[in-house]
Parts: sequence; structure tokens; C-alpha cells
Amino acid sequence: MTALPTTPPEAAPAVRETQAAPAFRSRLLPWLFLAPTLVVLALFLYLPAAQTLGLSTYRSNIVLGTQQFVGFANFGELLSSPVYRQVVGQTLAFVALVVVLGLGLGLGLAWLASRPIRGGRIYRLLLIFPYALSPAVAGTLWLFLFNPEIGAVNQLLGSLFGLRPRWLDDPTLAFGLVTAAAVWKGLGYNVVFYLAALTNLPGEVLEAAEIDGASGTQSFWRIVVPLLSPMTFFLLFTNVVYALFDSFGLVDILTRGGPIQGQAGATTFLIYQLYEDAFRNFRTGLAAAQAVLMLVLVGAITLLQFRFGSRRVHYGA
Amino acid sequence: MALERVEVRRAAPSASGRRRLSHALTHAALIVAVFLVGVPLLFALIKATQTSDQVVTPSLLPGGAFLTNLERVWTEANLGRYMLNSFIVTIAVVVGKTTLSVLAALAFVYFRFPLRSVAFALVLFTLMLPTELLIVALFDLVSSRLGWANSYLAIIVPFLASATGTFLFRQHFLNIPTSLADAARIDGCGPLLFLRHVLLPLSVNTIGALAVIQFVFAWDQYLWPLVIMQSDERQVVQVGLRKLIDVGGQTDWGAVMAGAIVTLLPPLLVFTLLQEQFSKGFALGQEK
Repeated sequence: MTALPTTPPEAAPAVRETQAAPAFRSRLLPWLFLAPTLVVLALFLYLPAAQTLGLSTYRSNIVLGTQQFVGFANFGELLSSPVYRQVVGQTLAFVALVVVLGLGLGLGLAWLASRPIRGGRIYRLLLIFPYALSPAVAGTLWLFLFNPEIGAVNQLLGSLFGLRPRWLDDPTLAFGLVTAAAVWKGLGYNVVFYLAALTNLPGEVLEAAEIDGASGTQSFWRIVVPLLSPMTFFLLFTNVVYALFDSFGLVDILTRGGPIQGQAGATTFLIYQLYEDAFRNFRTGLAAAQAVLMLVLVGAITLLQFRFGSRRVHYGA
Repeated sequence: MALERVEVRRAAPSASGRRRLSHALTHAALIVAVFLVGVPLLFALIKATQTSDQVVTPSLLPGGAFLTNLERVWTEANLGRYMLNSFIVTIAVVVGKTTLSVLAALAFVYFRFPLRSVAFALVLFTLMLPTELLIVALFDLVSSRLGWANSYLAIIVPFLASATGTFLFRQHFLNIPTSLADAARIDGCGPLLFLRHVLLPLSVNTIGALAVIQFVFAWDQYLWPLVIMQSDERQVVQVGLRKLIDVGGQTDWGAVMAGAIVTLLPPLLVFTLLQEQFSKGFALGQEK
């Protein structure tokens, strides 16, 4: 649902602009071609964005069907609310874990699968398939896999160690489970992009390193990792967005934001809290204020991406 | 001298032995990784074939009940209807997004017109507006003002424009020699004929790559359909999955797993079939 990611760094905008004379001359035609895109964007992105800003300054009353202008009171309420602070904290922890684990494992697996070994294609395909799974399907599979009575994990743990953890009833375990499921689901995407970047590495540099006697580990850390930094930066951005928004389907199916620890469920992340306030508690203004705060966050991240992403971060080549 | 030669002779076999060992280790690591990544799916595949009695046991032997399970979710739990809805929506979004972004990129690359950079900035800026954040206002707009609640329009039209698609096509067109467009114009070709006969045949990989992304994206939609679709008749399969689990009391896990498997097949097929275009279409690295 996100309008965001999937433009790899090389395809970032403003890379090259032809200064040559235009191929076709017409005043009307370009606008005709642009009109459908611009109309959809204006109607379904810009207009709702403006309305979200407006709504965030109102407090709505469902019972009376009224709206009352409250200025920045919604923001004040959010920022001073312990529940919201808890949600922000656990969202940041979740995002950090998903990004670090996802990028680390993604790079490691892509590096292994890119080596010239027999059956490389099959390994690659088997590693990237979770890309095609939806968060909802991922949630459904994990819900059954970690079912306390009949899930495969507890049947194995039970017969080996006599352990049958209640994965979804314990706040820490549930948080860990949702995080692991999100990392698993996102792994395919990271492996795909790291594989593409790895195949485009300048072979001469690696060969030169090998001739100079560098070990596999040395050339990985000293050459491959720095050369891949533009891709890492791009993936950092897409993974943050993925963790912030696509976690919704996963959380909704696995835990419904629960279980309770503190005042909100341990797996209630920002987007889930927004949904709850908007469509369960019907606190439209408060939900809109949350949307504005998240917009600021996403805007800052996007600006960072454009600021640093189009710049070549790696050295040499 | 002599010492050196000995060392060289000794180094040769040990290097190849080391390579064989490292290959073996790579295979071992990859097999473990592939197994761990595949376990959830493998488990689901096996359980989807077991009868309701078997599915609650630790047995990991495939059963013969896959079709029975599937039939149960397909008709009784409405999965067939959800799948059809998802297909309609996904295909409409993929075709619409591709068309709209090709046309927009055509305008940006092959025309110079006033406010071009403003229009481009407007498209660019939408990257910062994830639809998830706009659901409150979008819900009001689509349901009350447009009256589209419970219609396919509600989950198709808002997603027809694509900043990613526009950028990707723009980038691709910029890499196509401008002389082709000049030649086309001199031959009396209009922009649409040029698009049809020159640009599109040269864009197969880009279209393929975008189709994969957009198919996966549209098929996987969850939050917005959950919010806007009250009617079960128009609901998409991702939200339908949640309803399969929710039947109250006892979950029929064999049937749910069969449903999950069927749900994940279309994007997986598209992804596998277009995988080559997917990798090529991004024009990663050195672009010719």
C-alpha cells in the first residue's frame, strides 16, 4: 500500500537531465499525458494529506457528531501521553531490530549465494521467495507454526526439552516473534537487492585483492561492504518504511497489538495505534495528529535518502 | 631459493583444498539458511494436506486431504470470492499504474513545457506521503464524498498513480538515445506512435520489473481494504485470510493453511516467472 520504496539508488531522480532540444513540441500533449497521474495524486494524496493536517486540529465527538477546533491540543495530548510514548519506544525498538537484523542477514545470505558454486540459482530462488509473500500470509503461517499446542515449534521444543512457551501471551516473546516474522518476511527483498548489487561489483577490485593475498573475510569487510554502501543506504530507507507500515498486517493477524505490557500491547506499533484510534476508538482528530507526526518522521527519512542516497557513498570504482 | 620453491609447491595443493573446504562450507551454510527460510512454508504445505484429525498431531507426514481442505475454504469460507476480487483489483492496478506512469514519463522526457519541474516535484513529493498515513481522510473522501465504499473503485483508483513507476520509466527513457525520437519525429511519427513502436519494445524489462513490484504490492494490500470494505462480497483475499482464522472457537488449521498456500501462489508465480526481467529491469550498476 505504501507509495514508497523500490526505486534502487541508481534509479533515484535527478540523475541525468537531457539538456538537448525536446523531441516533440506541443503545449497540450504533455499535460494530457500527465493529467491522469496528477489528478490521482492530487485527489488521493495531496487532498487527504491537507485534510489530515486540518483534522489534526479538531476534536471530534462521535456521539454528538460534532467537531471542535482545539488547535494543537491533540499533539499536546499525544506527546504527554505515557501510552503513546510507550508505543513510540517499542516502535523504534522494533524498527531498529528489523533493519539491523534484516540488512545483516540479507547481506550475509546474498554474499553466500553469490559465490560461484553449483546450484547457485536454486539457492538464490529459495532464499528470495519470502519477497512474494504478503505480511498477512506471513502472519498466518507464523501463527500456526508458533501455536502453543499444535505448532511445530512447540511440538519440537516440548519433545526435546519439555518447553512449551506461550509465544503470543507473553509480551517479550510476542514482541520477539513479531520481529522475527517481520525480518523473515523482509529477507527476500534485501537478498534480491544485495544480490543485484553484488553481481555489479567491479570484479577487478576483488581479483586484485585476492592476488594481494586478502582472505575471503578480509575482502568482504574491507572491499565488499564499503562498495555496497549505496545499496545499504537505500535498503536502510526501504526497510524503515517497511517496518513502520507493512508491519500492520503481520501484527493484526499475529497479536492484534497485544499482549499487554505497560499500558498498551507490547506489539502495538505506531501504525496499529493510529488504526485503533481512528477506526476502533473513533478519535479522528487524535489519529490525524498521529498521522501528521508520522508524516514528519517519514518526510525526514525521505529527505535524508535523497540527500545522501544519490551521492556515491562508496570509494573507488 | 630452494626454500621458496618448496613453499610454492606446498601452497598449491593446500589452496585448492582450502577452496574445496570453503565451497563445502558455503553449501552447508546455504542449505541451513534455505531450510530455515523455508520452514514456515514447508510446514504449511504439509499441514495443508492433512485431515482435521491429523493436523492437530505432531505428524509431519503429508496427507491426502489438500483438495478437501481447499474445497472447504474455497466455498464455505468464501475464499473463491476473495481470490476473484483480489485478481480484479490487482490486474486493474498493475495495468493502470503501468499505463499512467509510462505516459507521465513520456511527458517528462520528450517534452519541454512550462512548469515541467513543478509537475515533476509534485510527483516526487508524493514519495513522502504513504497512503497508510492518510487513511483517516481518505476514508472520509472515498466513502462519504465519492460514495465508493464497497465498490472496487475504492481499492483501485487511489492507487493508480505511481511515483516509483514514473521515475523508473523516466530513468529508462533517459537512457534511450534521443536520436531515436528525433528520427521518429522526422519520419512523421507522433509521440504515441513513437511510444508504441519504439519505446515499449525497448522497455520490456522495465515493464516486467514494475509489474512484479506492483503485482506484489496490489495483491498484498491489507490495511486499506480492511478499513474501506465492509461488504464481504468485495473483500480481498488478504483480509479474507484473517476471517478464516477468526471463525470463532476452533480454527480449522488444515483449511487455513490450504487457503494461505493458495493466497501466496499468484505473486509467487508472477515473481518466479518474471524474475529475470525483475533483476534486469532495475538497470542496476553500469547502465549502457
